[in-house]
Amino acid sequence: MIEVKNLHKSFGEAHILKGISTTFEKGKTNLIIGQSGSGKTVFLKCLLGLFEYEKGTIAYEGRVMSDLTPNEKRDLRAQIGMVFQGSALFDSMTIAENVMFPLRMFTKQSKREMEDRVDFVLKRVNLPNAHSKMPSEASGGMQKRVAIARAIVNNPKYLFCDEPNSGLDPKTAIVIDNLIQEITDEYQITTVINSHDMNSVMEIGEKIIFLKDGLKAWEGSKDNIFKTDNEVVTNFVYSSNLFKKVRKMYIEENK
Amino acid sequence: MKYLHNIGVYFLMIKDMFRKPTKWSVMRTLILKDIDDLIINSLGIVAFISFFVGGVVAIQTSLNISNPLIPKYLVGFATRQSIILEFAPTFISIIMAGKVGSFITSSIGTMRVTEQIDALEVMGINSLNYLVFPKFIALSLYPFIISIAMFLGVLGGLAACVYGGYGTLEDYIEGIQTDFIPFHIIYAFIKTLVFAFLLATIPSFYGYYMKGGALEVGKASTTSFVWTSVVIILANYFLTSLLLG
Repeated sequence: MIEVKNLHKSFGEAHILKGISTTFEKGKTNLIIGQSGSGKTVFLKCLLGLFEYEKGTIAYEGRVMSDLTPNEKRDLRAQIGMVFQGSALFDSMTIAENVMFPLRMFTKQSKREMEDRVDFVLKRVNLPNAHSKMPSEASGGMQKRVAIARAIVNNPKYLFCDEPNSGLDPKTAIVIDNLIQEITDEYQITTVINSHDMNSVMEIGEKIIFLKDGLKAWEGSKDNIFKTDNEVVTNFVYSSNLFKKVRKMYIEENK
Repeated sequence: MKYLHNIGVYFLMIKDMFRKPTKWSVMRTLILKDIDDLIINSLGIVAFISFFVGGVVAIQTSLNISNPLIPKYLVGFATRQSIILEFAPTFISIIMAGKVGSFITSSIGTMRVTEQIDALEVMGINSLNYLVFPKFIALSLYPFIISIAMFLGVLGGLAACVYGGYGTLEDYIEGIQTDFIPFHIIYAFIKTLVFAFLLATIPSFYGYYMKGGALEVGKASTTSFVWTSVVIILANYFLTSLLLG
């Protein structure tokens, strides 16, 4: 579990996060949603320790991040898997080398053991024959799956995904969403996804945090989001006619 | 103020480059790759330029000697001095600032733009040690390139002088042996090592701390070339004053 209390982050005069408090639960897909510029990415980067924050605490299983020694921080980061918006695969390495990278850096496994583990995770993300390809030869969806494979290869306790569906067609986006959901259930990890894709919210949002102007405007599950009367949320979620119709149908069905 | 800030960040980058070393088995691969990219792949252009510039120095010297009292061996002497003292260490370094420097800035800058550096940081890897330290070690072999540049520069002068009819082989050989001071070689290699450090770190600084997209990677490469050249020229002036002045 990750607990966030009263998190504040500024860049110069711009106050981006204005006191966010929430918890991300183990074995659940936690979604952070909100409009562009609402502070989602800054929040995610604070959680990952890529940005330092002025005020508040972030605790991983009760261990406050700012109190950790450099060695403890390194150990914590070895338990984190991250899927970046643009996949962030290393250009100079093949797909297998990309996936093997965390194992080479953080384990003392033999080459054979590492290769077996890479085979296993590449099969898990449905890329059993992509080992020798370079990232530039892979499609957007394949790159995302390789990024997921790299993120889970070292059995992380926490999985962070920054807009995992951006730039993907709707069908591939659903495949990626389902894959993240399956991996979260299977390995009982704490997954935090940064998204503004409403399909993802409806598919996998076990817990949803809605950010607006650096503040937590709403918190709930994908079922609650249909029922909420919070105007800020409904304006965002039901900005498309399709979702307005879905909501109407849902309310009628559940009368 | 911005320049002062950048200088401070540059020195902090150098300090951080030595912190939290990357696992040796991975670092070894990175160093070998950088030796190939930065040293081996530069040999061709350095050899070509050195040979022909050596030839031009010999021709120019010969054509500008009109006084019959000046001995003919001066062609060899002037070529040797020009090549060893300035051309090989300094001007090859300026050329390398363009070739190797832009390569370093653009490759690290692209990694910054595509979040590959963030990916390293999230994994708990010291990205400065992972990216810059291997380049620093690879470029410690830079004196090897400069030795080749010195040899080929003098050889190019000999070829131009003898085969171009500007002097005899005996005069040229006598010239390159006249008043030879071994410390000049040491001076050249001290400069070379300082320039190697600048060539590894200044382009890395501009790549690592760049912000923006593909266009900014191009701009950062240009800025990196300009500042690497400026610092090399300034360092050349101060080292020459200190060591030979």
